[in-house]
Order: sequence, then C-alpha cells, then structure tokens
Amino acid sequence: MENNNRSTKLLIGLAVVLLILLGRLFYVQILNEGYKTDADNNSLTREMIYPPRGVIYDRNGKLLVGNKICYEILVTPREVREFDTLALAAALDTTADFVRERMAYYHTYRSKIGWQTLTFLKMVSSETYMRFAEEQFLFPGFKAQVRSLREYPFNAGGNLLGYISEVSPEFLEEHPDYKAGDYYGRTGLEAAREAELRGSKGWHIYRRDSRGRQKDSYHDGDYDVQAVPGKDITTTIDAYLQQYGQQLMKGKKGSVVAIEPSTGEILAMVSSPGIDVDVLADFGRHYGTLSKDKNKPLYNRAVSASYPPGSVFKLVNGLIGLEDGVLQPWMQYPCYNGYVYTSSGRKLGCHTHRSPLNLEDAVMMSCNGYFCYVFKSILENPEYHSTEEAYRHWREMVMSFGFGRKLGSDFPSELSGNIPSADFYNRYYHKGHWRFPTIVSLSIGQGEILTTPLQIANLAAIMANRGYYYIPHVVKASEGVEIDPIYYQRQYTMVDTLQFPKVVGGMWKAVNALGEGGTANVAHVAGLDICGKTGTAQNPHGKDNSVFICFAPKDNPKIAVAAYIENAGFGASWACPIASLLVEKYLRGEISESRLDMERRVMTTRLIR
Amino acid sequence: MQEDALDRGLKKTVDWRLIVVYLALMLFGWINIYAAVQSGEPSSIFDLSCNSGKQALWMGGAIVLAALVLFVISSYFWESISNPAYLVVLVLLVLVIFMSHNVKGSHSWFELGPVKFQPAELSKITTSLLLASIMSRPGFKMSNIRHFIIAALIVLIPMLVIVAESETGSALVYAGFVFVLYREGLSGWFIGLIGMAILLFVLTIKTHWWISLIVVGVAALYYFIHYLRRTSSLRMRRRVVRNGLIAMVAGVVLVFAADFFFHHVLKDYQRERIEVVLGMKEDLKGVGYNVHQSLIAIGSGGLTGKGYLQGTQTSFGFVPEQSTDFIFCTVGEEWGFMGSLAVIVLYGLMIFWIVQDSERARSSFTRIYGYCVASCLFMHLFINIGMTIGLMPVIGIPLPFFSYGGSSLWAFTTMLFIFIALDRQEKKYF
Repeated sequence: MENNNRSTKLLIGLAVVLLILLGRLFYVQILNEGYKTDADNNSLTREMIYPPRGVIYDRNGKLLVGNKICYEILVTPREVREFDTLALAAALDTTADFVRERMAYYHTYRSKIGWQTLTFLKMVSSETYMRFAEEQFLFPGFKAQVRSLREYPFNAGGNLLGYISEVSPEFLEEHPDYKAGDYYGRTGLEAAREAELRGSKGWHIYRRDSRGRQKDSYHDGDYDVQAVPGKDITTTIDAYLQQYGQQLMKGKKGSVVAIEPSTGEILAMVSSPGIDVDVLADFGRHYGTLSKDKNKPLYNRAVSASYPPGSVFKLVNGLIGLEDGVLQPWMQYPCYNGYVYTSSGRKLGCHTHRSPLNLEDAVMMSCNGYFCYVFKSILENPEYHSTEEAYRHWREMVMSFGFGRKLGSDFPSELSGNIPSADFYNRYYHKGHWRFPTIVSLSIGQGEILTTPLQIANLAAIMANRGYYYIPHVVKASEGVEIDPIYYQRQYTMVDTLQFPKVVGGMWKAVNALGEGGTANVAHVAGLDICGKTGTAQNPHGKDNSVFICFAPKDNPKIAVAAYIENAGFGASWACPIASLLVEKYLRGEISESRLDMERRVMTTRLIR
Repeated sequence: MQEDALDRGLKKTVDWRLIVVYLALMLFGWINIYAAVQSGEPSSIFDLSCNSGKQALWMGGAIVLAALVLFVISSYFWESISNPAYLVVLVLLVLVIFMSHNVKGSHSWFELGPVKFQPAELSKITTSLLLASIMSRPGFKMSNIRHFIIAALIVLIPMLVIVAESETGSALVYAGFVFVLYREGLSGWFIGLIGMAILLFVLTIKTHWWISLIVVGVAALYYFIHYLRRTSSLRMRRRVVRNGLIAMVAGVVLVFAADFFFHHVLKDYQRERIEVVLGMKEDLKGVGYNVHQSLIAIGSGGLTGKGYLQGTQTSFGFVPEQSTDFIFCTVGEEWGFMGSLAVIVLYGLMIFWIVQDSERARSSFTRIYGYCVASCLFMHLFINIGMTIGLMPVIGIPLPFFSYGGSSLWAFTTMLFIFIALDRQEKKYF
C-alpha cells in the first residue's frame, strides 16, 4: 500500500536521524578524550604560589636589591555575597567608586568570568592587608595573595640594577611561559639575569564541588607543585664605591666605570644623571616623567653611549707604533703648537710645551703633534703597499683592544662603538683618494672613532695588566649561579706585552712627575702610584668632553677607572679629579686631607641644569 | 457521556505508553533542571525561588491540563474550533511583534505581569489542527495543485510571521510539516529537492560555487540516465527532459542565490552561527562559546556520566541557558552516554508510537494531526540536541517536556494530549 510505504520511509528516516544523533554523542562522549581535559580545566582551580624573586648582593655580600612583601587582593565574583561597599573600600584603602566600578564590570562579564578568580587590587601594603584580614570574613569571595615587591636598602646602581614590571600583552605573546600578572626584569641586571632571578611558580590544585565552592585538594595534592624561589645574584659591584661614584657624578652628565684589572670585575658603573633606587621601587609611577627628561636618566651611558675617546686613544696608537717597529721610545718629534699636515698649511693644533719630546714625555704631556707623526708612520709603513692596507692592519690591532665591537659583557644594551672600516673611507673618499692627512684626527682619538665608557675603562684595565684584559662583567659566580667561563680567560691584544711598560711610564709621569708639564697632576695622591692619561674630546654640542683613564697602583694594580664627563672641558678639570677620588676611596677608604677641598668642589658643582 | 467513556475501559482506550513516556521525560527533565541550578546553597527541589521549584508548579498545571484535555473536553471540540483558533493565534502572532519587549533580539513574548507566553507555541497546535481539518476534507488531494497551495499556505503564513518575530528557531520547526504533506501524497521529489537545496547551500558557502555546480551536473546526469532508460514514450521522455532542465536551471540559480543570500542578506550574527556550525570558524569566545562549553559538558560525561548532581560544567554556569535550551548538557554530563541514549530512545518511542497510532486511525483528521505532532516533536528533538552537540546552529528552541519553562511545557502537553484524546476516540469503537 502506497501510504504505508510512505509511513515506513518516514520511520526509517526518523531512525537514521536518531542514529546520527547517537553516533555523534558516542563520538563526543566516549571516543573523544579532549573534552574531558577541558572539563577539568573548567572545574579545577589552580591557586598560584608565587616564588620570591632572587635578591641581588654586592661583591661584599651587602644587599642591593631585596624583596618586601605586598599583597594582591583576589576576588571570585561568583562567591561574592552582599557586602558593605564602603567598609571594603575603607579596609583596602581605596574608594567606594573603585569597588562599585569593579563589581559592575564583573557583573557585565559574569558569564565569561564564570568561576574564575581575578585580581581585584594590586600592590596592597602589609599594613592595609592586616586591616583587611581582620574583616575578611565580612567579604566572602575576596582573599589575599602574597606577592613580593622590590626593595632597595642601599642607594647604589639604579641604572645598573634595572627595574621589574608586570608583563605586557606583547611580551606575553613572545614568552608563552609567562602568565598575565607575572613580573619580569625590564632593564639592567634584572633583565640580564631574569632566568635565575625569576624562580618558578607553584600551585595548589583545588576541586570545585557541584555547588561550585572550593572543595578539597585534587588527588590529595599529588599534582600540586612547589614554588621554587629565584636564585640570588652576587654582583661584582662594590656598593660603597658605586654610591661614592654616584655622589661624585651628581650634577654631571657622563659616566664612571671602575674595573678590577686582575679579574675584569666591574666595581662600579655610574651613569649620570641616573635613577635613584626609590624610583625603581615604584617605577610605573615615575616612568612618564623620566622618559621625557631631556637628560635621559633611563639611559645607561656607561654601555649605551658612544663618544670619541680623545687623547686617551694616543696610548693605543703609541702601542701599535711600537709593535709595528715604526716607533721607538727614544724617538723625538718636534711640535710647535701643532702639526702641519697639508702643503697648504693646515694644522692640527697643540698646546704650548717644550719640544721636541720622546714617547714617554709625549704621553705625559699629551702632545698632539707627536702622535700625528706616530700615526703617519703607522699608515706609511713601507711594509704595506698602500695606506689602505696599512689602515686595515691598524684597525685590526685597535679592535684587539676591544674597540669597535661589543666587549661581550654580561650586561644588556652594550653598544659596540665604532672604528671606521677601510671600506667606509673607500666609499666616502673613493678608493685610493684617502691617505694619512685625510684621517689625521684618528691620531688623537678624534674623528669617526666612537667608544663607550666601558671600552675606555677596559683600555685602562689593559694598561694596568700590561697587555691583556678579562671581559668586564658584573655578575660573580655564586652558589647555583654560573658565569660563562669566557670571563675567566685572558684576552690578549695584538700588541706584545713587552711594549706596554714603555707607555705606562708616560702615564705614571703624567700624574706623578709634578711640575714637569704632565697633564694629570691633579690626580696625584702620594703613595698611591696612580698612572693615568687625560683626554679632551671635542663635542659638537657645546664644551669639550672631559676624559680620564687611570689605574693604581702602578705595580700589581687593584683598580682601573675611566671617567667620561660630557661638556665639562679639559680632562684634567673634572674627569681627572673624579676618577682619582674614586681610586683613592677604593684603595685607602678615605680621602686625604689635602684633597678634601677638591672632593667638596666636585660633589657640589652642578654642570647641568 | 464522559462518565460513560470513563467506564468503557480507560485501560484499553487510552494509549498509556505515550503517557508513561511523557511523564518519564517530564520528571527526568525536572531533576535535571534541579541539577542545573547553580545557586551557592543546596536547596530543595521544590524551592520556589529556583527553576526546579517553579517547574514543579508548571508540571502540576500541565497534569491538570492533560486531564482536562483527555477527560473533560470532547475530542470533537478541536476539529470544530480549528478555523477560529488558527485565526486568533495568527492575530496574536502579529500583535506580539508590536507589543512585546525585546528579549534577546526577538519579539515573540507577551508579558502579563509575571506571566510570559509565546504565541508561537500555540501556533504549532492551531496550525496542526487547521492542517488536519483542511486536509481531511473529502476530495482533498495533494496532487491537486490548488489543494497543495492551500496546505502550504496554512504552514507558511505563521512560519513567515514567526520569522518576522526573529524567532528563526521556532520557524524552522514548521519545516517539519513537509513530512505530513509527504505522508498525505506530496511527491517524494519535493523532499528530495529540498534536501538537494540544503546540500547545495552548504556546499556553496563552505567550499566553492563551482563544486556545487559539479554536484548539480552529476545529479542531473543521474536523473536523465535513470529516467530516460525507464521511459519509452516520446511524450514522457519530453516531460522528463523538461523537468530535468527546469530542476537543473533552478539548481544553478540556487547556487548563486545561496552565495548572494549568505553574504548579503543574512545578518552578521546569523552568518557567524552558520559558519561556526559548518566548522568554518573556530570561535570559542563569541558565537562558538556556547557550543564549545556545551560540548565540553556533554563530552566530559563519558559512558556513565559523573553522577547526579556531580556535574561540574552545567552546574557552574559554564554552559549558558542550561535549564532551558541547553538542558541536554546536564543529561550528557551527569548521566553520560547512557543518559543521552535513554532520552533519545524515549523520544524515538514516543514519535514512533504516535505514528503507529496515527496509521491505525480511521479518521483522516486524527491521522494527519498525529503526524503533525510527531513532526513537531521530531524537529524540536533534532534541532535542540543537534545544537548542543554542534550539528546544528545555535537556535534557541526547547526540548519538549524536558526544558524549563511553563509556556512550552503546557503547549506541548496540550498538543500531545489532544492527540491522545483523538486516538482514544478512535479506539472506543473497536
């Protein structure tokens, strides 16, 4: 019968559709495991345990960066019952409007929030927390979680230490192992040593019952994870020396870097103007003002600024001349207020001094003319077929001193400076059209040469060690913290160590040969045997930069210092006193009576507005 | 006479199987509504401040209503009011568009103080009644084009008004009436063409229009080969060719129309829902959120479920609308595949028995009405459960007898018991 046939067809259709539904249910409920895990994620809650971040010590075990406890107030909106808005605002030291606004937000997004726990208020002090804890029972759904904030017991090394901040959405995208609400080191040591300082988070897993309340530990806590505290970092910094350096540099723009030559450990690294540690503790609030400051206090000049080195670079040229055999210590060159380097009479000026001079005296008096002759003989060395070839050789030698490339310190944002390549001059002047007179300013560390204060401090260490250095670094190996073995390896320059004493003699005389026309007599401290070299580097923006490098004592040196002060005039006027005071403080622990006036003058003078 | 009827063997005349399944579904629904309650404190299942307590009241009302329909109101009453009832409900359907508040974008609820009701629920009954009444008239033939158009209009008019109320889900249920028309003689090609149209629509928006065109071509080829080999007369052959060409052109037009309709006519949210169902879009937070959470809830139930009241997903409010449209999630999570199977088998039996009773009826009115009831139940079942397991777009329609809500429960109860009463009338004479 036709109609019965149709009825059967319809019933078959019904059976097919019901089987499709059952088949899909069978797949979803039995075959596919994925949904079960998702359900666990929905119904198990993790309560995070944040590890304390590692602390940072100075080389003598003094605490530079510590932790102080603060609290975060968390809220599980679903668990919140009616409460007194004003009372909560008072307990948490916030405004009723804030509370209302948050609660309205939770209400709006309640279906998305579900049973999640959210952060209600951040950075709640211990005192506020105590008040809240007393009344916590009045506010079901709210609880507190311990977090730690940075604390700086000693005002030293703001720029060096860096700051931490909460992760940004962009950062999270690149670092999936972080979660919203985590903190990480943004700059300085905090950033460089993030991996050690960070530690790892732990958590308790709770199950929620069918009424949605936190019920019990999941599997008796078998899946809980302990938080691992971050590792503590010991730096090579001497907190007192760092602080003293900051005091000396107050009101000046520039940096001072002190290195222990026998290890390459950085004893102090001052960038001025810098940031005080109390700014670091609450960085978010100050960031706006600091980033707009025209003196750029956020910028770590010691590694991220590059300047022409000025006359301190004469040491390098002298050493290369000796190594190449085109200069002998006894060689004398005349200088009458400068060096004429073109037939038309162009002259590179010099100050008035006796003439002629040998190498040692030229170093002592920082004679420009002498080092023009030296550089000329390096570039016109008959061993090489062309100026270009000689220049390539010279550049290679210079770079072996750590110039024109990153030194590879363990500090972030280190710049490489610049030693112009032969190709650069080929492009600029065309191949074969540049010779010694074209680049005469390189003789005295001017022109296209750019170096960072760290690199010149490293030069001071090389002079102190008579020919080698250890890569400057700020972190010492300590329990659980290793440093790259490369920091234990001597890095030799391409100049034979035997050549160095010939130049070091001049550096000693510059400081200690009083009344002989040495440029660095200001740095003289009886009995300390400081050896130094001044520099006055031209700065297109205003007054010359004042530069000084030194080390002491002459034999078996303990400290090498470079000071680079922008727009401060002669090397002898500011860089020299600052560096020598730092040396004296480090070696003697106090400043001798005769130099107290100078210390006061340095500390009280403001060179920048 | 009613007294008389009671005396003449309730046991034999009333289809108790349907009533048992009805009660089973309603009770099972009720305890699941209780389980889906998400308030913090455990409360009694009768607590009137939560859904399960209110549902208990609705259920009491539904049983009274069922008794009225079955024992008090004459079964002839329904056929006699089918014309005016249809018109009155149609007027209500139109009025509600202008008089209702906007509930989640739809204008389909009358609100009288605390009481809310949807004329669309009633319309399913009145449409069924009128359809049964018209189609059971002597001389009515599906093959008569005029008769077919009348039957189609009875279904299409309320359907379009409901679409205008933005209740797409309820309107979709009316598509189920095509099964009734088929049973009463509508050509099977009609259903086949509708099926083909849906297939082409999905293919076009999911893949490319040219793939759809290939399908049209293959189908046409099959059609021509199949029928031209079976017909020998020239006239018949001409007809086959003509019909085939018309269908082909219609198919091609549909492919391009679907493309246009999907991209230019549908509103964004409708398009997104369809895209999520077709798997063209992974959207776990927005439109896809509901389905994703629903799948997690159902999927986490496994074979036997987590146990009654032990569900973590539905009772936590991860699943939205969990006591109304997504009530099946609670079943899936707490009772597992066994629970899902039980629910589907219960509905399957109910529909099967209704069809069986309808086929036995001598009165065409009873038979056609029975098919209407079966079709409506089937559409609700398929759309609702299909939605919770991601086979259908998220279309908010309730699971009959099961979901929370008085207006839906009462309407379905009335609809079912009218059939039971009609069926009982048939059996009185055996």
